[in-house]
Amino acid sequence: MRHTLIIAAAVVLAGPALAQQKSAADGIAEYRAMLADGNPAELFEAKGEDLWKKKRGPKNASMEQCDLGKGQGVVKGAFVELPRYFADTAKVQDLESRLLTCMERLQGFDAAAIAKTPFGKGEQLSMEGLTAWISAESRGLKFNLPQAHADERKTYELGKRAFFYRGGPYDFSCASCHGQPDKRIRLQDLPELTRNPGNGVGFAAWPAYRVSSGEMWSMQRRLNDCYRQQRFPYPGYVSDVTIALGVYMGVNAQGAESIAPALKR
Amino acid sequence: MKTRRLVILSAFAALVAGCASMAPTPDYDALMAQMMSSSFRDEGIAKVDRLQQDEANAACSKAQGAALPDSVANPIQEAALKSVRMPADGVFLGDWREGEKLAQNGRGMTWTDKSAAPGANGGNCYNCHQITQAEISFGTIGPSLYNYGKLRGVTDPRSAAARPVVEYTWTKLWNAKAYNACSGMPRFGHGGLLDETQLKHLMALILDPKSPVNQ
Repeated sequence: MRHTLIIAAAVVLAGPALAQQKSAADGIAEYRAMLADGNPAELFEAKGEDLWKKKRGPKNASMEQCDLGKGQGVVKGAFVELPRYFADTAKVQDLESRLLTCMERLQGFDAAAIAKTPFGKGEQLSMEGLTAWISAESRGLKFNLPQAHADERKTYELGKRAFFYRGGPYDFSCASCHGQPDKRIRLQDLPELTRNPGNGVGFAAWPAYRVSSGEMWSMQRRLNDCYRQQRFPYPGYVSDVTIALGVYMGVNAQGAESIAPALKR
Repeated sequence: MKTRRLVILSAFAALVAGCASMAPTPDYDALMAQMMSSSFRDEGIAKVDRLQQDEANAACSKAQGAALPDSVANPIQEAALKSVRMPADGVFLGDWREGEKLAQNGRGMTWTDKSAAPGANGGNCYNCHQITQAEISFGTIGPSLYNYGKLRGVTDPRSAAARPVVEYTWTKLWNAKAYNACSGMPRFGHGGLLDETQLKHLMALILDPKSPVNQ
């Protein structure tokens, strides 16, 4: 499968170099369509479902009693309402920070240690599977983040401020790339994230399988790489700023249909 | 003693806020500062001091995409204009071929880059601008620079007639905030991102009549 993808990428990417601008865009659309025939994210979904049900960790327990916001063990529909406020932690949490809470409380894992683990290593590999499966259980549903709790509204406002926060050697903010409609970096389309950019675009497309790196990327990992390219220092895994940005983008995406886990270049 | 005074003060503050509305407005400036400082750490060359904002970045962040009032924008632009250093030898243009390489190069200043020295940095130009016609993989955040010199009537960049355009362009590359307080373009000279020689190559790419940009 991987081989087919690489060959498809090589064939289609080599083509546009000789052609005109219009056909380059067409070529890329064609490349994406070819890739969509088989999304390797499915493999991660299967692994994630297994991880959810399997007894693991120091307490030898499954995740089936985890409350993702819609009650213990309810997975379907949970993803499109996250991040949200959780009374038992008194925090606004995104999917990954909530999973860490459950892995610590139910299974006895050390959440802080997992948060410090580099992406793609150790228990971070479990996060890839879990986020892929849990998001897939909400595929086709519309984002509808709660904003009833004062902390949810406060976090939205902080996320908005973080989105427009310019700094670093290039003076970039999230808005530098994602504050206007119909812009690109090189040939890559940039979703405008200050409003609902449409079904399956922006916030509604992550987690995603990235063909270019052959990796499954969660929203936390996507945000981490945004900050890298923004030339900022390193955001902590599930740090407050990443949760706040999740609330800001998620609330702005109200009504957008989730296609996660999506397929990306 | 100190704690008690704080308690009384905050009780008073809550009372005052309570009169205005049931839920007091959070102190977002303080919460934001706390959130940013607790969320990031150093990694490689990207240290947390990068979060510190100068006056321009603070004002433009606060505006959240809206235009700044002149009273705020003008002093920022004036200060940016003063920061510009013209080339020491009075020569503004280098080699457009080197400029094209720099324009193509999107590297530099991330936590996965080894060095923050200008020699390790690209210009990142094609990320946001159309430049030559041959390169179809260009971004659209900035305006097209195709025919930049030609459209401005630059036939001899060393001539007195071309001087205003040449100086404007150097200034824009050195510190884009000189003409637009909230410009989206990095301050390549002012920020020490590119050195004088590199800037001259970029100047040549868009101003040299022999550059493919001006064909």
